[in-house]
Amino acid sequence: MRKWFMVLAAWCQLGTAACDKGDAKPMETAKPAESTATAAAPTAAPAAPAKPATPSTGPIKVGILHSLSGTMAISETSLRDVALMTINEINAKGGVLGRKIEPVVVDPASNWPLFAEKARELLQKDAVSAVFGCWTSVSRKSVLPVFEELNGLLFYPVQYEGEESSYNVFYTGAAPNQQAIPAVEYLMSEKGGGAKRFVLLGTDYVYPRTTNKILRYFLHSKGVTDDDIKEEYTPFGHSDYQTIVSEIKKFAPGKRTAVISTINGDSNVPFYKELANQGLKAQNIPVVAFSVGEEELRGIDAKPLVGHLAAWNYFMSIPTPENKAFIEEWRAYVKAQNLPDGDKRVTNDPMEATYIGMHMWAQAVDQAGTTDVDAVRQAIGYQSFRSPSGFDITMDAKNHHLHKPVFIGEVQANGQFQVVWKTEGPIRAQAWSPFIPESAKKVADWTYPWVCGNCTEGKYPGTTEVAKR
Amino acid sequence: MRSPVGLRALRHADVFLVVTVCAAVAVAIPLLNVELPETSALRPSDFLVTLVGKLTCYAIVAVAMDLVWGYAGILSLCHGLFFALGGYAMGMYLMRSIGTEGMYRSALPDFMVFLDWKELPWYWHGFEHFTFAIAMALLAPAAVAYVFGFFAFRSRIGGVYFSIITQALTFAAMLLFFRNNTGFGGNNGLTDFKRILGYSLREPSTRAVLCAASGAGLAVSYGLCRAITSSRAGRVLRAMRDAELKVRFCGYDPIAYKLFAWTLSAMLCGLAGALYVPQVGIINPSEMQPSSSVEIAIWVAVGGRGTLAGAILGALVVNGAKSWLTVAFPTAWLYFLGTLFVTVTLLVPGGLLQALGSIGNLRHLKARFIRSAESKGTAETAQPTDAAHPEPP
Amino acid sequence: MACSARGALWVRLLGAAAIFVAALCCSGSALAADGDFEAALKALAQATDENVTQAVELLGAVHDDPRVLGVLQALQSDNLLLSDSGHVFIRNSAGAFVDAASGAPKGGEATRQTVVDNSVRRVLVPLMARLELDAADPAVRLEAVEQLAVRASDEDAVALRAALEHEKTSSVQRAIVSALAELDLASADPQRRLAAIDAVESFGAARFRPKLRALTVRSDDGTYAEPDPRVRARAESALGRLDRKQMIVSAAADVLYGMSTGSILLLCALGLAITFGLMRVINMAHGEMLMIGAYATYETQVFFHAHLAAYESLYLVAAIPVALITTMAVGAVLERAVIRFLYGRPLETLLATYGLSLLLIQTVRSIFGAQNVAVENPPWLSGGAEIFEGVVIPYNRVAVVLFSGLVVTFVGYVLRGTSLGLRVRAVTQNRPMAACMGISTSRVDTWTFALGSGVGGLGGVALSQLGNVGPELGQSYIIDSFLVVVLGGVGKLIGSVVAAFGLGILNKLLEPIAGAVLGKIVVLLVVVLVIQKRPQGLFAQRVRGMESA
Repeated sequence: MRKWFMVLAAWCQLGTAACDKGDAKPMETAKPAESTATAAAPTAAPAAPAKPATPSTGPIKVGILHSLSGTMAISETSLRDVALMTINEINAKGGVLGRKIEPVVVDPASNWPLFAEKARELLQKDAVSAVFGCWTSVSRKSVLPVFEELNGLLFYPVQYEGEESSYNVFYTGAAPNQQAIPAVEYLMSEKGGGAKRFVLLGTDYVYPRTTNKILRYFLHSKGVTDDDIKEEYTPFGHSDYQTIVSEIKKFAPGKRTAVISTINGDSNVPFYKELANQGLKAQNIPVVAFSVGEEELRGIDAKPLVGHLAAWNYFMSIPTPENKAFIEEWRAYVKAQNLPDGDKRVTNDPMEATYIGMHMWAQAVDQAGTTDVDAVRQAIGYQSFRSPSGFDITMDAKNHHLHKPVFIGEVQANGQFQVVWKTEGPIRAQAWSPFIPESAKKVADWTYPWVCGNCTEGKYPGTTEVAKR
Repeated sequence: MRSPVGLRALRHADVFLVVTVCAAVAVAIPLLNVELPETSALRPSDFLVTLVGKLTCYAIVAVAMDLVWGYAGILSLCHGLFFALGGYAMGMYLMRSIGTEGMYRSALPDFMVFLDWKELPWYWHGFEHFTFAIAMALLAPAAVAYVFGFFAFRSRIGGVYFSIITQALTFAAMLLFFRNNTGFGGNNGLTDFKRILGYSLREPSTRAVLCAASGAGLAVSYGLCRAITSSRAGRVLRAMRDAELKVRFCGYDPIAYKLFAWTLSAMLCGLAGALYVPQVGIINPSEMQPSSSVEIAIWVAVGGRGTLAGAILGALVVNGAKSWLTVAFPTAWLYFLGTLFVTVTLLVPGGLLQALGSIGNLRHLKARFIRSAESKGTAETAQPTDAAHPEPP
Repeated sequence: MACSARGALWVRLLGAAAIFVAALCCSGSALAADGDFEAALKALAQATDENVTQAVELLGAVHDDPRVLGVLQALQSDNLLLSDSGHVFIRNSAGAFVDAASGAPKGGEATRQTVVDNSVRRVLVPLMARLELDAADPAVRLEAVEQLAVRASDEDAVALRAALEHEKTSSVQRAIVSALAELDLASADPQRRLAAIDAVESFGAARFRPKLRALTVRSDDGTYAEPDPRVRARAESALGRLDRKQMIVSAAADVLYGMSTGSILLLCALGLAITFGLMRVINMAHGEMLMIGAYATYETQVFFHAHLAAYESLYLVAAIPVALITTMAVGAVLERAVIRFLYGRPLETLLATYGLSLLLIQTVRSIFGAQNVAVENPPWLSGGAEIFEGVVIPYNRVAVVLFSGLVVTFVGYVLRGTSLGLRVRAVTQNRPMAACMGISTSRVDTWTFALGSGVGGLGGVALSQLGNVGPELGQSYIIDSFLVVVLGGVGKLIGSVVAAFGLGILNKLLEPIAGAVLGKIVVLLVVVLVIQKRPQGLFAQRVRGMESA
């Protein structure tokens, strides 16, 4: 009996070591950070631990790190689908460097420690060349140390609160000045209703808190006093908005009021239902949301919401030929893969951002001639891609964000958005908001001589010019 | 009557199993990771080191859970809360040790800066010292457990009701910690750790040491629980699990025993949490969600309730399976896990340990049958094709 | 505030005239007396996206033409087409598009739809309201007056006074008087202001508060915005009375909201009360019964949409038996397959049903997708009823409260009035004795579990009308359901009813004071404390030989 257990224990041990040995491929040139003595060296330079070197023939592996179960599955499964669709598209045109892209899909199950674990697994065990993933800020913050330690590349496609710029992340979603600020400017304009009083309503986590902080400073700069600003937070999954809507009704009379909603995905449905049923009309008290897109509207009856607004960098209803092609490709993919809910599937901003990010990465790899992270990182800056929104989107080499156009759309009864306002062209992202005093001085510039994402003076001596914002 | 061969072997085998696991985690794996060169075939990868460390912390929680459930009969569905509290205590120390290297270059943690707080709240003071943090990691869960347990056991709430109000407790705590104004980082939790005791958390050697510490923690927890359950106190606990009224009539005070087991269990969870957080790099209120605590109970049930080794086995198997399945079958892993839970609870109430034990038992029974048959002179030539006996690699 | 109201009126009329003339200049057509309507239509047809508002205003300035309202209504409801040749087509009652001016049917010419967004609606809706003051239907007139009252201008005052002259319906008269009183608060004449304050006070509406407040406010240099001290004093007292009334109204509203929340809790918890209370089975998969009921409602809606489009608004009525039967079937299967073997082991049941819930969630996710699905409120459940001023109770919530009452009655009837119920109660009270009397306990168990699951399905039908329908729907309600059952006491349904409504009302009363999160936490702590004091719950069933499991 004892022998049996001894054998079992030894077997387990060898088995796990074997699992691991199989993946630790011959170490050709693992990237020790000491060798990167170039000007583009990262500021924090620990010895990068052994990562299996990516082979130079055979398929190129790319990681997809999106939750397929748990609370975030609702939003993130579409991103996985569109990522796979884009990979198919690129492979059909010959792939990258003549090699096919092979996706490695994992499910971190909306569990933040699992995100970090999966990220490490993708980078160390599977030796992926880039990872496309994350949605919530928590998930991004939990994987950030992993990417910085192992020198990986993450493409993050969701709109977020800014206040970050990492050497290892490319942000393809909107920063607050590419979404929130233009939306408020629109609301304050004549066409938008000339709002003078604002309700800042959000779910209690970092994105709404930071966005509302920026907006409050912005509103102060436009002459709106604190008496005319009301800030409310509800917990995740909150579904009972009766009290809050009646508070809005009490707050509104006297001045034109608008509601700026950073309510997280799921709670939007009960909020909008309550608004409609309590008789708040969009033309009197418009609500602009930053987390409601075509995907969220798919799960709601949109008729009571007609007239309420959303601000994004892309809408499915944009009538450009590029968008038409994108939507057709998506529909064909959904059909071919027999995805649930077939012809009702929609495209939205994070999906477009994933699409752009993947294409830019592919372009950069082709340009650099290798999948080596340092080379690709240099090549991605200034990449340009004609996106479905009809604009030429460029990647800013300095702060690793995209220059994106802003669209404001009104909800239609069929769940689509009607564009009522848009910027002339793409706007540059401000990773550090100039409206927050602590952040206004910071610079995110990964080019020489600053070479930092979060600093007030450059890494290389003699830097006297102030970075362009 | 001599107990069957299988059972006796089982009693020793489980200790042996645990000792092997602890030795592997505390000594073998970290040592091999640090000492062997990277090209060596036997070197466990860095990823494996972190994974094993994480699993070991879960195993400590499982041991603690088994102590109160398997031996004292209290199904607690709030052990996730104690785990998270220990994790937060360590997280607060790690946040303080970031110093001014955070995003806002301020003495305050980043999330306080963006909430516009000007100074550290009173409950954050003291966490710049490691010993204080470890002490709080043990004491905070213990305090919460003691207060709650005192009132609950005194009112003689038992069984299912108790489980449900523990769920309420962890749910309320989760809501509280999700609030940004509570001062623990809200939904983002505590993250972006840089160093522990001066050693960078990104160094493989630090991770190896943490893995070793987890292994040591597991050994200590197991030893402690084993000592308690083998002692007289353990007997009283088991008796209370089976027939509380009778124990009361015999003159023992069940409240004191229950409270003791319960508080100790919470402390062990706190220890596990403190070891977990530096390895994982983040602590956030979703560790406190009600379903996490139910999962802890599932680990113990799957592994074998009432046997400490079974709890460890269950934690390792279930979490290891989860890590593997979320990569191998990202869309279908919940089916596997759900089926596992249902079948184990239905078919193998004693958990995997019982299943393994009975397989081993089966082999011995077959061997005895063969021997007795031979001695009677009948020719039993068929060698049992032993599915239970794995071929040595 | 102190400027002459009459002077302002003249300035505004002058301004409107100026815009009118300017719009005419922009549209470039000559102003002919009876060509007003046609000219305005032409301006609309040729308007670019930026000029739509001006074209609408132009239309609105056409007097005494009943066709104007038709065009405006068509514009608002997306039933209007424009052609570049200057024609405007609206959909008539038969569904075909006809020329708005001549009535001739639309030919084959190319048409486009115009952009109607909030900026257009802001002009369109008050214009329509003004025109609708003369509508035949008193409900439409009332709606129009309320719409105008939201942001009444002086032109609207003129129209309202004219309408008051020949208004017969009392509710509409009241509304007009209220709107006019609000306008009069800014009148030049102090007597009129006093009268307006009295009138406003008698209406007691919250929306008058800012204007009343403005009458009492004192600027930094010591002067008051309101010169007349009598008016000021009257405004102060009116404000005080208004605030007191508001407090009562708010409290009453909170109680009503709490009843609505409580009814939801009750629907979720009732099924659990049956399975847990009567069978001592802890069903962690109960949330999934809610979810399956909601998805069954969704599927019924899809079916009606595809095959019975004429009766689509009645899908909800059909969804009730569908959801009931589906979840009863699922519950029966689960009971027979899994739970039957776990009786007497409540803690194992908890764990096994947790595994079952994972399986059910993943199955639904695989079939329907991870995203939420859209369940529409049928038209007869949309909108709300205004109970007090500013307090609107949506119809769907009222329906849920009534529905929960129906469900409780149904369950009560089943348990008390049917033989199945008798057997269920017998088995609960004393299983061995019931078995001795010849009752097939295993059959009764299956039926009870099915009933509990079925009630959960009915709860899902209600939830589908109020919030999201997604695979994880049940997870948000399971903890609350358990707490209601435990607090209410096991074995008696009245306990669950009282506990559900009590918790709902408590939650809603605390929410304005402490915020949503703290309110919820306090409620949870209250439950824990009550259980400490009374471990068996509020209404416990005294049963021989039963301990607290």
